Amino acid sequence: MIKDGTKEKQLARLLVSGPPLLFLIVFFVAPSLIMILTSFRFPGEFGGLAPVTPPSDKAIGEYGFTSDAYQFFFSDFIYTEIFLKSFAVAFGTTLICLILAYPLAVLIARSRKHLRNLMVLLVILPFASNFLIRIYAWMIILGPESALSHFLNTVLGAFGIAPVTLLFSPFAVLVGMVYVHLPFMVLPLYTNLEKHDLSLLDAAQDLGANAWQRFWRVTWPLSLPGVFSGSALVFIPVLGMFAVPDILGGTGDILIGNLIKDQFLGTRDWPFGSALSIMLTMAVLSIAGLTTWFARSATGQRAI
Amino acid sequence: MALLEIRNVTRRFGSYTAVDNVSIDVEAGEFFTLLGPSGCGKTTLLRMIAGFDLPDSGQILLDGKDMVGIPPEKRPVHTVFQTYALFPHMTVADNIAFPLKMAGKAPQEIKKRVNELLERVHLPNFGNRFPHELSGGQKQRVAFARGLVNRPRLLLLDEPLGALDAKLREEMQIELINLQKEIGITFIFVTHAQDEALALSHRIAVMNRGNVEQIDEPSKIYSAPRNHFVADFIGKISVMNAAVMEAAPSHLKLAIEGLGEVTAPAREGVEVGDRGVLAIRPEQVRISHPSNESQLKNHFRGKVHDFLYVGDVTTYIVELVNGAYIEALLPNSAPGRAKFFEVDDEVTISWRHDAGIFLNDHQ
Repeated sequence: MIKDGTKEKQLARLLVSGPPLLFLIVFFVAPSLIMILTSFRFPGEFGGLAPVTPPSDKAIGEYGFTSDAYQFFFSDFIYTEIFLKSFAVAFGTTLICLILAYPLAVLIARSRKHLRNLMVLLVILPFASNFLIRIYAWMIILGPESALSHFLNTVLGAFGIAPVTLLFSPFAVLVGMVYVHLPFMVLPLYTNLEKHDLSLLDAAQDLGANAWQRFWRVTWPLSLPGVFSGSALVFIPVLGMFAVPDILGGTGDILIGNLIKDQFLGTRDWPFGSALSIMLTMAVLSIAGLTTWFARSATGQRAI
Repeated sequence: MALLEIRNVTRRFGSYTAVDNVSIDVEAGEFFTLLGPSGCGKTTLLRMIAGFDLPDSGQILLDGKDMVGIPPEKRPVHTVFQTYALFPHMTVADNIAFPLKMAGKAPQEIKKRVNELLERVHLPNFGNRFPHELSGGQKQRVAFARGLVNRPRLLLLDEPLGALDAKLREEMQIELINLQKEIGITFIFVTHAQDEALALSHRIAVMNRGNVEQIDEPSKIYSAPRNHFVADFIGKISVMNAAVMEAAPSHLKLAIEGLGEVTAPAREGVEVGDRGVLAIRPEQVRISHPSNESQLKNHFRGKVHDFLYVGDVTTYIVELVNGAYIEALLPNSAPGRAKFFEVDDEVTISWRHDAGIFLNDHQ
């Protein structure tokens, strides 16, 4: 009986975990392996890949395996620079999202129960309309003919400062990135803050902590798991994002996402595009690993 | 001057009066208990002393200084919460060090004080543990240590033993008494458990519906309750409707309907013709076989209605001839015997002329 029981359990476990596992193998592991292989091959003449073995009618050409793509990446500093810039944008976006989302999440978590659900609904409501339409809307808001631009330049003009263009600038990219990713920061933070035992704040106050100390010594350290998961949910997608810089950024605001997209759709250099993708994945994985390690030690061995 | 003076404090929530014109003085070094059923206003009063709530009218003075406008973090008053409220992300040592850090004490002094307190609450090697690694009793001790470490003028304890099991509770009660004696800090203890209040306190304020019914030493509260509520709330007590026939300086003569005449101790302010109840504790009531003629003046016949065996003693509920019930406590002093009487046994009930207390209806 006991043996049958464990067998049944194993079967149940397999049935539950099987489908997602299969999904990940087919749509994550296999494509990643294909990408790794692709990055070590030669590009085809008109896009795609050159065959591994040369066709018999051609004597010598670029066939077989090579590390050209990686060498190419390090041959010109501009690619490293784009990587660094992308990380800077991702870091900046994450930080701004955190600063904007934290008070909002606290406000939601401390509101009355029926108001909380309404406020969470409002946070995720923008998802109801199309992502690209929302970005194009920012094009109009930040455009040279917009009320915002007019107002800003009138004020600047009054102080004798030359007018500025908001659109097609790193500023516009940052605004777009923050706008798109803010809900991904608010939700994990809210989920964490909502679970806080408010009697801890009473205890801290009773024992002599002022408002700032109550936040810094109690609320903030207890919210770190939410801060870390929110940051991961913002940082990683921002790194790979190409639509926002494409639409709101200028020619100089290319990020890794745009670079990778161009390799497949523009220059048609698949191996280089794959190499960039793999380096991005590696960078993200190592950052995620470091963050997890840091989060564990910061939150005192407790699982996050 | 008392350490804490509560003067005519009233607190209303909408139309509900949680605390109604309460005045209490607590002396320095006292173990003072606010006792009452849930909703009697004791926790509201405690929150006002801590500063988490403000009185609608009246004053709270600490060392003669009005506490109005002083926030909780600035009051020399610390609280031990019912749920302990230990910081889960801090070690035991960091939890205890918290009030010292907030007070800006030097690191060496913090370390010294924390170790001293860990020693005092019998947790010397627990400094590096986290709260989730502690048992209920250990958490409780850490909460005490954290509340005491910065030597507040007043330590408030909000039903701190409520979450512990009976055995551990008794242990903690003894520890709490010793801790208070050693450290000499004034305790204000809130509880709804009357046995706990009697065991721990120097003085007790019995509260009911926002009012203080009686403030007295535990033995006075128990033996000389001021009114029906206090008598009923503290310990077990049997009551019988009675009318005063004679009010002498040495004793009262009461008429109990359907039963007869009873002698009771004299009481101030009681006059002939007053109606009320005779209240009597089970341990003061003797129960015996009808064949043993009682030497006591107050004795009546009855029938055992039911009994409750709790190990050391058995409580017999006896129905008197007038239909009233009276409880009598009998120690199970004979080895191996759980009871001396069966249900429906005819018995004699008696009590001394100086036992029991007459309580006026209007008091």
